[in-house]
Amino acid sequence: MKTLLTTLATCVALGLPGVALAQDATPHINARKAMMNLYAYNLGVLGGMAQGQVPYDADLARSAATSLFHLSRSGSARMFPAGSDSVSMPGATRALPAIWENFPDYGARAAALAAATEVMMNAAGTDLASLQGAMAGLGGACGDCHQTYRQAQ
Amino acid sequence: MRRLAVAALGLGLVAGAAGSVLTAPASLPPETLAALAAHPADATHGEAVFWAGGCASCHAAPGVAPSGPLEPRLILSGGRRFATPFGTFVAPNVSMDPEQGIGGWTQAQFAGALLLGVSPEGAHYYPAFPYATYARATPQDVADLWAFWQGLPADATPSQPHDLGFPFSIRRAVGVWKLLNLNADPVIAVGDDPVLQRGAYLVEALAHCAECHTPRDALGGLNTAAWMAGGPNPSGEGRIPALPPQGWSAQDIANYLQSGFTPSFDVVGGEMADVVANISRIAPEDRTAIAAYVMAVRSSPSP
Repeated sequence: MKTLLTTLATCVALGLPGVALAQDATPHINARKAMMNLYAYNLGVLGGMAQGQVPYDADLARSAATSLFHLSRSGSARMFPAGSDSVSMPGATRALPAIWENFPDYGARAAALAAATEVMMNAAGTDLASLQGAMAGLGGACGDCHQTYRQAQ
Repeated sequence: MRRLAVAALGLGLVAGAAGSVLTAPASLPPETLAALAAHPADATHGEAVFWAGGCASCHAAPGVAPSGPLEPRLILSGGRRFATPFGTFVAPNVSMDPEQGIGGWTQAQFAGALLLGVSPEGAHYYPAFPYATYARATPQDVADLWAFWQGLPADATPSQPHDLGFPFSIRRAVGVWKLLNLNADPVIAVGDDPVLQRGAYLVEALAHCAECHTPRDALGGLNTAAWMAGGPNPSGEGRIPALPPQGWSAQDIANYLQSGFTPSFDVVGGEMADVVANISRIAPEDRTAIAAYVMAVRSSPSP
């Protein structure tokens, strides 16, 4: 209690709004971050091959692309409850409030990602050129969402 | 409140009288105009300048997706809003529409806007338009860019006014800002290596990386002593990282600028998604040059 009072007093003295204090992540937010790491693992397999830094391996590429296909269909929108945004939970998440202000658009972008992972799943095991050809669309689908809905670092 | 206004007005008049010569918009020197006129303009190279300069990042319509089709990125109808500590700037229509855009401009007027931040009517532009970067561009690149620009579509969307508070609403005051911040000197001395020189030109004259990656002073000028040291996002939440990012190689930077993937396969977001949408369209060797320059920044003594 005394710590809280001291913190509040410091906030008042420094003119800081109390809500700016960093918040702990919720289970929803932790799960979302873990999901993003799963994306990054599978993209790392495919992107490493596309960039020539990992030898092309059709089975491994197909496996990674299939994982992405299922990740993008895992219903993760339900892990974004109202109030789990970067303003309500500063320091815990970079998910911008714009997600909840434009939830239909957010869903449309998720659908675009699901379409891009399907293209990749059909391409990745064919040959390296097909994998490389599907990479820009997949990265673009990630980036279109990050541009609008993720806070800068 | 009224006394304050009168006092401010009085101070403004005094400062205006003293500063009117210093703050008057400049015009291009004769040698620049001669170089512009003498250059056989190449629209194909102008397109490369267009993507390197990132014009579409601000002047394409709001909501044009970075990964979307090319055509909407070439319709420079303006309308994107940039909230800053000085107020909200709205990117104007710079399409080839003769009424609402810049279709009626001459090559010299285009060059004056880009290199000096001066409108055809002789007014200062606000430095949200990064002419303090473009001031370093060669007249040849400007002429090529204009040749490309003239082939872009016209769009009749009217430009929206900026929403700025006093005293930033006084355009003439931008003249003071220019005295402090507008020059064509290189920022980092990169030596004789042609790749580094190309990278320095691309970054310091066209790609304007520093406009976000370098912290600003109280008047919004770039703090060149902390070149690419990162800082608060100038038009939004969060922070812009220092360059080069920790642990990245030159190849990582070139890959990122081409694909949007970080070395750990996170994917670019925010304003940088638009940057990648532009820079991914320039020549691979130019991305390599940018990466080499960015890697050199860390070990270079800043001026």
